[in-house]
Amino acid sequence: MSGPVDAPGGGAPSEPLLDVRDLRTYFKTDDGTVKAVDGVSFAVRPGQTLGVVGESGSGKSVTMMSILSLNPKPGRLSLDADTQPGPQMEAFLRGSKKHTSVSTGQALFRGENLLQASQRRLRALRGSEISMIFQDPMTSLNPVLSIGNQLAEAVILHRDVTRREARELAIAGLQEVGIPRAEQRVDDYPHQFSGGMRQRVMIAMALINDPALLIADEPTTALDVTTQAQILDLIRELQAEHGTAVILITHDLGVVAETADEIVVMYAARIAEHAPVYSLFEQPLHPYTWGLLGSLPRLDVELERLTQIRGQPPSLLRPPAGCRFRPRCGYAFDRCRRELPEATRAGFDPDHLDACFLAEDRKLEESVRVVAELGLDEAAA
Amino acid sequence: MLNYLIRRLLWAGVLFVGVTLITYVLFFLLPADPARLAAGKSATAEDVARVSHQLGLDRPVHEQYALFLKRLVVDHSLGRSYANRRTVNEMVGQAIPVTAALVLGGAILWMLIALPIGILSALRPRSLLDRGAMIFILIGISAPVVWIGLLLQYFVGFKWGLTPNAGYCDVFDPPAGSTCGGPSDWASHMILPWLTFAILFAASYARMIRANVLDTLGEDYVRTARAKGAPENVVIRRHVLRNALLPVVTMLGLDIGVALGGAIFTEAIFNLPGLGRLALNSVLNLDLPTMQGVVVFATLAIILLNLVVDVVYAYIDPRIRLA
Repeated sequence: MSGPVDAPGGGAPSEPLLDVRDLRTYFKTDDGTVKAVDGVSFAVRPGQTLGVVGESGSGKSVTMMSILSLNPKPGRLSLDADTQPGPQMEAFLRGSKKHTSVSTGQALFRGENLLQASQRRLRALRGSEISMIFQDPMTSLNPVLSIGNQLAEAVILHRDVTRREARELAIAGLQEVGIPRAEQRVDDYPHQFSGGMRQRVMIAMALINDPALLIADEPTTALDVTTQAQILDLIRELQAEHGTAVILITHDLGVVAETADEIVVMYAARIAEHAPVYSLFEQPLHPYTWGLLGSLPRLDVELERLTQIRGQPPSLLRPPAGCRFRPRCGYAFDRCRRELPEATRAGFDPDHLDACFLAEDRKLEESVRVVAELGLDEAAA
Repeated sequence: MLNYLIRRLLWAGVLFVGVTLITYVLFFLLPADPARLAAGKSATAEDVARVSHQLGLDRPVHEQYALFLKRLVVDHSLGRSYANRRTVNEMVGQAIPVTAALVLGGAILWMLIALPIGILSALRPRSLLDRGAMIFILIGISAPVVWIGLLLQYFVGFKWGLTPNAGYCDVFDPPAGSTCGGPSDWASHMILPWLTFAILFAASYARMIRANVLDTLGEDYVRTARAKGAPENVVIRRHVLRNALLPVVTMLGLDIGVALGGAIFTEAIFNLPGLGRLALNSVLNLDLPTMQGVVVFATLAIILLNLVVDVVYAYIDPRIRLA
């Protein structure tokens, strides 16, 4: 295990708001232990936007749910420093009847490790300091409670206000996210709103207590393209206004390209590449990132057809030995079969990390070719 | 809303005519002569013909049905029993409180049993409580009502002498010459019938509530509530139960409606003078007016409870508006 890696980002002076170190989350299933997150480290500074990209099942959402202990029946485990965490966690899950998931590592929020925090402390943070919005706005709101009621609940849970004040705040929140006639619509129910409007309501609810960190888990995936753009704009706008840090989870590199300051690319429960956004698009270093970039549909470049990454993402129940991308990688060699690559800093840019055994010269060479082929250099220029 | 009610009432009228008409037709398909039964064992053919004429049985079926409807609508009368010449209104009127007490008390009891079992076993799936509840549910659903009733009667009533074996007492002042009456006698006579009647429903409701709560626990909005920082009891009460119990309200209304038509088995076992027993006796006596009286009441109960369920549902579920 490599030591915790400092956040890249060009030596910004501010302390990280959230500092995740070697996070692992395993689930117990009937078929065995699913290693959904297996050694993930990253950091977010105040006001910053971190994009987390990866295929379905790569561990993006579970990472965020673990930070807030929102996984089903999460267990606590203090690791024995002498042995690897993986086997300890598997043994814990086998031995526990009460828990179906367990997370280890650290998730330091303003220096406080959330993975060891009490339930009471976590509840106090959820929805007030750290908020989440989810993928499907159609199902994320309670159908039998009015919008105003649900927004007010978020306020009342965390602040000492009267119902009337909470309602006023709910109306103000709806106005801020651009719901027309908020005074009337506050009493409407979720089914009376369109998908885009519901996601606006979710955003209003997430931001109503002015949190320091907003985790947006594929907030636009379920929406149509024009609404997607509006929602992303709205998040950006509110983020700038409130100075909120945002973790934007998506499977669409296009979404984070315009929004994020830094990008984490996840593959099979681990980080494949982690870099500032310009660096990731100018000099992508991991073969998986190359594949992702190739599969990005673009209007401004003429391509014969989109390239696809051959094969399927590996099972997290029994991940392949060595590098997890190896079975799908066109560059794999002997070492990839034997060893699991850790994210390491690139020689030319200490903020750029990637987990690939290829020689750096080779990676840069390929990266230039990939970028030229896709016309990303023109787009950047 | 008014429009909706009018439409529903018109349909209720159609349904009512349909059900009573079918009862009439089926009755006259029976290969037995009610006049012969009413006239007695030693009656001559002339006697039978006279009784038949008195009861109106010599007229065509459609005329008889028209007469029945006319009497019901104009005089609010269900006619007189073939068997004992008492008015059916009076007989049904006496039976309704008994059945209503059995059904409503039973419904309260079965919900008191089903709600905690269903909710707790959903919150702790695979726990000891959950597995125990599953066994109870399996027994409750598969054991015949008659068997459960007889067992309770034998052990609780006869062997241990904790409750009366059977029979019914009035809640209010005991009628002259009767041996029991008043609230405590009434309740002690009702305990076993309530239990018997409630077990089947308690089991199937516990199963339904458990399934609904488990389903709802997996909903996205429950995750949203947790992500808001809501404590678990708020999550369960406000977000899970509110949604999980909606379909239970529907089922409860419909089941009570059906049961009000007569809990035949339970009433027969415990000798309760309710609608179920009245229906059973009227069938055995080929007593068409009484049978029809029970059918009329049962139909009205079901129609009314359905209407109540729809209105209540529109009130508790904002997605449904009656228009």
